[in-house]
Amino acid sequence: MSDSTAIANGAAAEAQHEHPPYQRHHFASVEQQADTTNFAMWLFLLTEVMFFGGLFTAYLIMRNWYYPAFVEASHQLNIGWGTANTGVLIISSFTMAMGVWSAEMRRKGLLVLFLSLTFILGLAFLGIKTIEYHEKWEKHHIPGLHYSEQSFLNPASDPEVHKLYPGDQPLAPDMAAKTELYFFLYFAMTGMHALHMIIGITILGYMIYRARAGAYTTGHVTYVENFGLYWHFVDIIWIFLFPLLYLISRH
Amino acid sequence: MDHISPVLWQFLRKWLEHFSLFPPEASTVAPESDALYFFMVLVSLIGLTLVVLLIVAFSILYSKKRHPKAVQIEGSTLLEATWTIIPLGLFLIMFVWGALLYFRIYTPPANAMNIYVVGKQWMWKAEHPGGQHEINMLHVPVGRPVQITLISQDVFHSFSIPAFRVKREAIPGRYTTVWFQATETGTFHLFCTQYCGTDHSEMIGEVIVMTPDDFRKWLASSTSGNSLAQNGERLFASLSCNACHNARPDARGPSLANVYNSRLALSSGQTVTADDAYIRDAILNPSQHITQGYAPIMPTYQGQISEEGVIALVEYIKNLDSDYRVQQTLNTTDLLPGSEGGKPAAGATAPAPQKEVKP
Amino acid sequence: MSAATIVALPDQSTARIPKMNFLTKENGLLSWLLTGDHKRIATLYLVSITFFFFIGGALAGLIRLELLTPQTTLMAADTYNKVFTMHGVIMVFFFLVPSVPATIGNFLIPMMVGAKDLALPKINLLSWYLYVIAGCMAIYTMAAGGVDTGWTFTTPLSTHYLNTHVISTGLAIFVAGFSSIFTGLNFIVTIHKMRCPGMTWFRLPLFVWSNYAASILMVLGTPVLAITLVLVVLERTMHIGVFDPAFGGDPILFQHLFWFYSHPAVYIMILPGMGVISEVVSTFSRKRVFGYTAVAFSSVAIAVFGFFVWAHHMFIMGISNYAALIFSLLTMLVAVPSAIKIFNWAFTLYKGSITFETPMLYAFGFMGLFTIGGLTGVFLGTTGTDIHLTETYFIVAHFHFVMVGGMLMAFLSGIHFWWPKWTGRMYPEKISQLAAVVTFIGFNFTFFPQFILGMLGMPRRYAAYPPEFQALNVFSTAGATILGIGYLLPIIYLTWSLKYGAIAGDNPWQATGLEWQTQSPPLTENFPETPIMDHEAYDYEWLEKMQEKEVASVG
Repeated sequence: MSDSTAIANGAAAEAQHEHPPYQRHHFASVEQQADTTNFAMWLFLLTEVMFFGGLFTAYLIMRNWYYPAFVEASHQLNIGWGTANTGVLIISSFTMAMGVWSAEMRRKGLLVLFLSLTFILGLAFLGIKTIEYHEKWEKHHIPGLHYSEQSFLNPASDPEVHKLYPGDQPLAPDMAAKTELYFFLYFAMTGMHALHMIIGITILGYMIYRARAGAYTTGHVTYVENFGLYWHFVDIIWIFLFPLLYLISRH
Repeated sequence: MDHISPVLWQFLRKWLEHFSLFPPEASTVAPESDALYFFMVLVSLIGLTLVVLLIVAFSILYSKKRHPKAVQIEGSTLLEATWTIIPLGLFLIMFVWGALLYFRIYTPPANAMNIYVVGKQWMWKAEHPGGQHEINMLHVPVGRPVQITLISQDVFHSFSIPAFRVKREAIPGRYTTVWFQATETGTFHLFCTQYCGTDHSEMIGEVIVMTPDDFRKWLASSTSGNSLAQNGERLFASLSCNACHNARPDARGPSLANVYNSRLALSSGQTVTADDAYIRDAILNPSQHITQGYAPIMPTYQGQISEEGVIALVEYIKNLDSDYRVQQTLNTTDLLPGSEGGKPAAGATAPAPQKEVKP
Repeated sequence: MSAATIVALPDQSTARIPKMNFLTKENGLLSWLLTGDHKRIATLYLVSITFFFFIGGALAGLIRLELLTPQTTLMAADTYNKVFTMHGVIMVFFFLVPSVPATIGNFLIPMMVGAKDLALPKINLLSWYLYVIAGCMAIYTMAAGGVDTGWTFTTPLSTHYLNTHVISTGLAIFVAGFSSIFTGLNFIVTIHKMRCPGMTWFRLPLFVWSNYAASILMVLGTPVLAITLVLVVLERTMHIGVFDPAFGGDPILFQHLFWFYSHPAVYIMILPGMGVISEVVSTFSRKRVFGYTAVAFSSVAIAVFGFFVWAHHMFIMGISNYAALIFSLLTMLVAVPSAIKIFNWAFTLYKGSITFETPMLYAFGFMGLFTIGGLTGVFLGTTGTDIHLTETYFIVAHFHFVMVGGMLMAFLSGIHFWWPKWTGRMYPEKISQLAAVVTFIGFNFTFFPQFILGMLGMPRRYAAYPPEFQALNVFSTAGATILGIGYLLPIIYLTWSLKYGAIAGDNPWQATGLEWQTQSPPLTENFPETPIMDHEAYDYEWLEKMQEKEVASVG
């Protein structure tokens, strides 16, 4: 209670300064730290689910109302690139999981390798996305930027898509106008996802640097583990985005 | 009284003369709304008094001076149950009563006369079926149910008549309705209660309730000659609706005679009731409202026609009770200069190019 | 007021503030700006939100001044629209939402659970920085000309019909939202994972339960607001979007998304305040809260039910009558737990030993005013009367009763109650009691007439109004002047007390609770050694035994 007791007790505690260097002082044990930070990451991912939830809600309602427009607009997306991206992300989740395993096994070389592979795959994803976005720019399918409904009013004017989907009828003008809504949601959803990828890749870069210094192979794997959770989450969001945006008419 | 400033005295006097705790009850539903309101005031007063009494009584009886040693009490399930169930019961009574009132206000009777109101920044435009237009004023007859079909031209507005205890949002993109039956003649406030921009506070008007005779006189003196339906007919022609909706056997669009409030089978397989909202939507978003058996070729009029114009068209279609009327429209149209015309009537000249007309 | 008091201060001639405490541990600006100590972060927050409170309050003053006259005399309608928008934005997002959690909650929750700090101190600091950044963006908006959408950002007005600074405000709120999410996240993790040995869930103080419930709402609800604001910003920049009917979108979709957060937001704002009241009423009656379990569960019930009632803000907007019915029913259900709490607090007084220090006065004010505010909420949750009362001054009065009469009073109660723990010094009792009474009187004069104005039909957000409403408006403004004085006084005397207040000692209120069993101000690590919780919450018998032991050992 009084000054002197506090100091005396504090001094006693200082003398028992026996915990691994990576254990923060407010935790009683390494286990508590690992458990706590893990729980925190799961909770954070829950907030991310709610965050994307708003976008998914808007998408589901608009798709329900304007199904023909959404179908034809989705045909503008390249399923090849979409599948490639899905594959890239799934493999990157695998390499990330291998990275976590490596950290647990305290194998620094492997850890750096797997983190680097994940990093490269992440960049590959963004690269493919850039190609796709560029395509949209070329075809004037970016809402608000000289958006053109021609491909939907007259599918024959868009030979490369028309070849793949010869059954697509020309849309009535009011329905064709709704394709701009589809692309608004497309860019909002994939853009938000890409932003999360960029943040993840940046953190990954930092982690590779720290991994090389041996920070994660001393038994302190929580950082890698929790980041792995985040990375898997970003992957899962894409697993939902892909069929919703690319595969509308495929069933 | 000479030490009270004359200005203040006038102010106080006026206030005391007009003092009221609630607006005039000028509609059939107002007393019902007030009854529920005062019931809730009563319950709240009792609840508040109870809480205050408890606090004050306990504070006095058990103040530290009087009751120096506190008795540790865990709780009482009985008391918890009591003050859970009783408030819940009271709230549920209010819920049911309020729900009945709500349904009453938002379910117009079948014999209500309809007035369209378009809200736009920052005025109310009322359109009577007889063609009378009003801005920031609404003349209605006493003793008759009046339905207001509301829509906004731009942003959210809210149509509020406190004296009638009715209020409804005017939303861009869809019709909303509210009804009332005025019980006293007089002038009452009309407010916009949904913040809508700079002159939100200026978007106020008056509802003028008149005896049926006065109302008839007013209707007669305010009309420009054309009823809303007639305006709609002109629009129908000038927008070339009758190029397809001409009731001929080979017509590209379905006949619109008697379509209002009928059950329609759509090409998507659904069956819908063709009410005001449907007709409006069919004009603005036709590709989702294709009647079964017809091709989806109707162009959209979104952006080419204001809400008042849509209202005129809806009125016209509502009143279209036979193909004969449609034929008459056609005939009239064909005689107009500059009309497109399908099969021209005898003696018609070559059609001039189509012009878009906004009402 | 009776002279009876429970305050037990140490002998002022020999008492000193403990030399080693969280305020003196390190010196220098960087030690504050880079701190991980939850108590320092709480202090940073306290200064920041007080700053924003006075900006919001000044805006409120401008509103009331304008409303003295029926015409727009003081400012143009456009300016008035900006003033009430910024008043709402600042008060809701920069004062009420963080008020108790980020200040008192941050300060106390680790101590109340017996931990050394929150689970994630760096995230805590980040949350403060996000708040400050958001605040700077809001100030930028005001300096650059303001925004006039109303704090509710109704589309399509905010997306396509205004040319004011909607984007910067939207982004400011977005950032502030993440500040709130991180605070809530920290609390949930701390309460789950960092309780000291013996601290079971049902030994936690009710303040922790309330903040836990509020944190669930923060964590689950705020992200939806965030994404909604992103969509509004995108719509403004791209001129196309899901909220505009001209493009096939639906403005009602915005309403659903916005209110899905903004209704739980009001429970985020009030629940921590309710937690304060539990602590204060218990301490100043010297007994445990009546019906501890009921109060704890009703906090969680409010949080859960609070997610299912959002469309009661939309009863007149053309939602289907049946949907309105369901939301009205659920609204009635969410009102019940609050009623339960009020009665439990009232019965905590029964057979207690009551004194009337300032925190208790504010708590009494809360109980009365929140009852009125909450009951008027039922008026609005009842669909039939909502038609007449919504969008009028009745709504304004309702939410000011719960937020200002309720939440702000609870905040002031908490600040006064924990002031000695925070600073080591007592505030001056007489003037603070006066301020509490002045606030209560001023509040009622300001906001009670607004119920009548609303019933009479005066719409909200009106810069000009029909002359027959003037008398009540003048009355309301007069009350606001008194209310302003009531809020200025604490700033003055609390600042004074930092230098001249009596030394408080560890436990001036002789309260139970772990935070009172350690020094004032506390050590950086809160406790000299990890506490072991071997008694129930609000265990005054345990406290007595402790005090007897101390007397025996010292003597």
